[in-house]
Amino acid sequence: MTFLRRSLVGAVGATLIFVGSASAQTTLLNVSYDPTRELYKEFNSAFSAHWKELGNGPVTIRMSHGGSGKQARSVIDGLDADVVTLALEADIDAIAENTGKIPEDWRADLPNNSSPYTSTIVFLVRKDNPKGIKDWGDLTREGVEVITPNPKTSGGARWNFLAAWAYGEKAFGGDEEKVREFVGDFYRHVPVLDTGARGSTTTFVQRGIGDVLLAWENEAFLSLEELGPDEFEIVVPSISIKAEPPVTLVPGNTETKDTTEVAKAYLDYLYSDEGQKISAKHFYRPSNPSAADPADLERFPDLELVTVDDFGGWKEAQPYFFGDGGVFDKIYTPGN
Amino acid sequence: MVLEASFDAAPAAPAETWTPPTSERPLVKWTLVGIALAFLGFFLFLPLVAVFVEALRGGVGIYFDAITEPDAVAAIRLTLIVAAIAVPCNLVFGLAAAWAIAKFRFPGKSLLITLIDLPFSVSPVVSGLVFILLFGSQSLIGPWLISNGIEIVFAIPGIVLATIFVTFPFVARELIPLMQEQGTGDEEAALSLGASGWQTFLYVTLPNVKWALLYGVLLCNARAMGEFGAVSVVSGHIRGLTNTMPLHVEILYNEYSFQAAFAVASLLALLALITLSIKSFLEWRFADGLKAQRSGH
Amino acid sequence: MVTATLGRFKQPSVIPCFGMAFGFTLTYLSLVVLIPLGALVLRSAGLGLEDFWRLATDPRTLAALKLTFLAALIAATINLVFGLLLAWVLVRYEFPGRRIIDAVIDLPFALPTAVAGIALTALYAPNGWVGSLVAPLGWKIAYTPIGIVVALTFVCLPFVVRTVEPVLRDLDRETEEAAATLGASRFATFTRVILPALLPALLTGYALALARAIGEYGSVIFIAGNIPYVSEIAPLLIVIRLEEFNYEAATAVAAVMLIISFTMLLIVNLIQAWSRRRFGHGS
Repeated sequence: MTFLRRSLVGAVGATLIFVGSASAQTTLLNVSYDPTRELYKEFNSAFSAHWKELGNGPVTIRMSHGGSGKQARSVIDGLDADVVTLALEADIDAIAENTGKIPEDWRADLPNNSSPYTSTIVFLVRKDNPKGIKDWGDLTREGVEVITPNPKTSGGARWNFLAAWAYGEKAFGGDEEKVREFVGDFYRHVPVLDTGARGSTTTFVQRGIGDVLLAWENEAFLSLEELGPDEFEIVVPSISIKAEPPVTLVPGNTETKDTTEVAKAYLDYLYSDEGQKISAKHFYRPSNPSAADPADLERFPDLELVTVDDFGGWKEAQPYFFGDGGVFDKIYTPGN
Repeated sequence: MVLEASFDAAPAAPAETWTPPTSERPLVKWTLVGIALAFLGFFLFLPLVAVFVEALRGGVGIYFDAITEPDAVAAIRLTLIVAAIAVPCNLVFGLAAAWAIAKFRFPGKSLLITLIDLPFSVSPVVSGLVFILLFGSQSLIGPWLISNGIEIVFAIPGIVLATIFVTFPFVARELIPLMQEQGTGDEEAALSLGASGWQTFLYVTLPNVKWALLYGVLLCNARAMGEFGAVSVVSGHIRGLTNTMPLHVEILYNEYSFQAAFAVASLLALLALITLSIKSFLEWRFADGLKAQRSGH
Repeated sequence: MVTATLGRFKQPSVIPCFGMAFGFTLTYLSLVVLIPLGALVLRSAGLGLEDFWRLATDPRTLAALKLTFLAALIAATINLVFGLLLAWVLVRYEFPGRRIIDAVIDLPFALPTAVAGIALTALYAPNGWVGSLVAPLGWKIAYTPIGIVVALTFVCLPFVVRTVEPVLRDLDRETEEAAATLGASRFATFTRVILPALLPALLTGYALALARAIGEYGSVIFIAGNIPYVSEIAPLLIVIRLEEFNYEAATAVAAVMLIISFTMLLIVNLIQAWSRRRFGHGS
């Protein structure tokens, strides 16, 4: 048996050397969530060029994408990310709490609460808006089907939930019973709860299920561009939430890998004029709009935005709304 | 071969009027074939056709671009490496387990068989998770592994382990019913004629079970290359490094590169088809040998 | 010493190498399966009995478990019937395209489960090739429990076919001839002579298909709809717990599933052992 194990380790070792020899240069691992692929594809090549211009050696940036919570779990269990760029503050907090590889006060490290770009939640409807959906209140009308992923498994879906809740608060003047009722009613109009944001987009766009898709603004624009500008349109609700996907360094990993300097430069570059321009190009709202292309900025509609701080920050909102037995679980409890 | 086939066909012609006692009437036969084909049509061919239709939707050019792109090539290479390690491990185990279970009587046999079946019923998500629980940095031996620079999860060893776990029962479970069915008579005869244990295994047992063994290896290989859930948990999804083909398919799909996603998926299907044609080829060679043997009598 | 104990443990036989084969089997089984699953059960034990019980008997967990096991049973039964039919047709009949069909049977394994899920959803969704055919009748396949059964049937399709095929190929035609000579009808020959010989292999295939269907996740989440109490499968609950960073609860649900499927598999395997003794095939 030990022989078998040894030969296995030997075989694996041989392949590792084979694979490893190709990447002797500086390598950064950016662990991110799903909808940022296109953004970081462009940003990474821009940063590599920039880093070389500064007189440094070549740098390879490796990407890992997946659901935000799953990615956080991988980092907790030992995926050696140099930087994490996730959908939710709570996911990075979980890494900090469970591993100590990230300092507790990481949010203060970078400007704008460590969010170089923000987004919001909008509606995607079918061409000419056949159901006449204008605002959150229309989603609970008879015969309207809403597509949104499961907040338990998708970071983006939690922003959707909070945006709906914010509308309820405003519409019912803060009467929590009524808000709960509204949000519960809203989820009863959801025929398919996909596990991730992109799954929901596919269900809505490819399978033709539902009348309205709740989506990240950047996702809605992207699907419009990639999947059919003639088939869908974006509806901007009266109120939504300012989604702040945070980024941070993982010092616990960069220090052992000796990549702290380049990882820091990588994150700083997100805030640079070039980084901001690329964010805006990929439909993320830049934190410093003056650097972005005005034509890109024009695409972002003006609307009333609440922030997660209105819910007491993620530390309070996460367990209250999405924890085990929290508000969301109660929606699906029978007789409720 | 061709000649022989035509000779075979000649006496089969009057079968319409006379049905041999060990076969069914043509009506029954074709009804059964029809039902089988209809079932396969809905559950196997349509999904398969859908994959290829999607893969070729934008033309052959995009198809080849998708499968020759560096990340895709890295994923293909990783998938082949993983299968090349996992399948032989489970092959050796399958033979040993089937030998012990089918050729001997001992208490607790059903229990042992059930334990062998167990990896199938474990959800792939959990199959990956157990290795995270064992080797992840939060586990008991995780810190020791890290301080010694041994990478298991989020690297190739973890992917191999998860794959071995998921494909664990295939070869054993394919062999056990057949070897039980065959009993121990042949082996006893060989032994009484003075063959050594090794010779008996090599010249008696192995030829007897070669089809089941081949099926087991093929299934094991197909599943090893196609496994998604368990590998997804332990891989870390690092593009170009720890992405296997199924994970690459997911990434492409999530990038809205539907055609590229289905192109890589169809490649997996083709890989399976290649292994299956090898099987058909062997079968044909074997059938040839059998015929020669018979005509020799 | 070891051989001596084993000698008493197993019944005497002239076949050699029991110790080596048995020892290797147990060691490999322990390393690859038992120790990792042990780690899982250990982790779920960290939850405490009370929490474990609350979680295991939570109505939502129960609904998901019921759906998972019911869908798996139906899918495995469909595969039992059609798997036997397919194996029969492939081994006994010659018809155009037989080789091609024999070759593609394994494809559900090779196709990543996610791709299978996507392809099946594309077919059976209301705007898909098959879904649009049944939509006018008011039937829905995708995003309902029926969709789950469809996905599971696809995923487990090769098992029964591939376990029955080698045994059927190996089956002596002489017994059938004898039965026919003695005046048995073809149907009687099939049910009295052929079926008993195939039964162990059939049950093996059934057990494997069942086991695989219970755990399946990747293909089902695309086609199921995932609505709690309606189309939410148990593996999804595990994923949900993991997203809460609650490893204990996740492993607890996994442990419950493990215990139930272990029991079901054991029962099938005991029936199989019994049928082997009853019909006296092999040793």
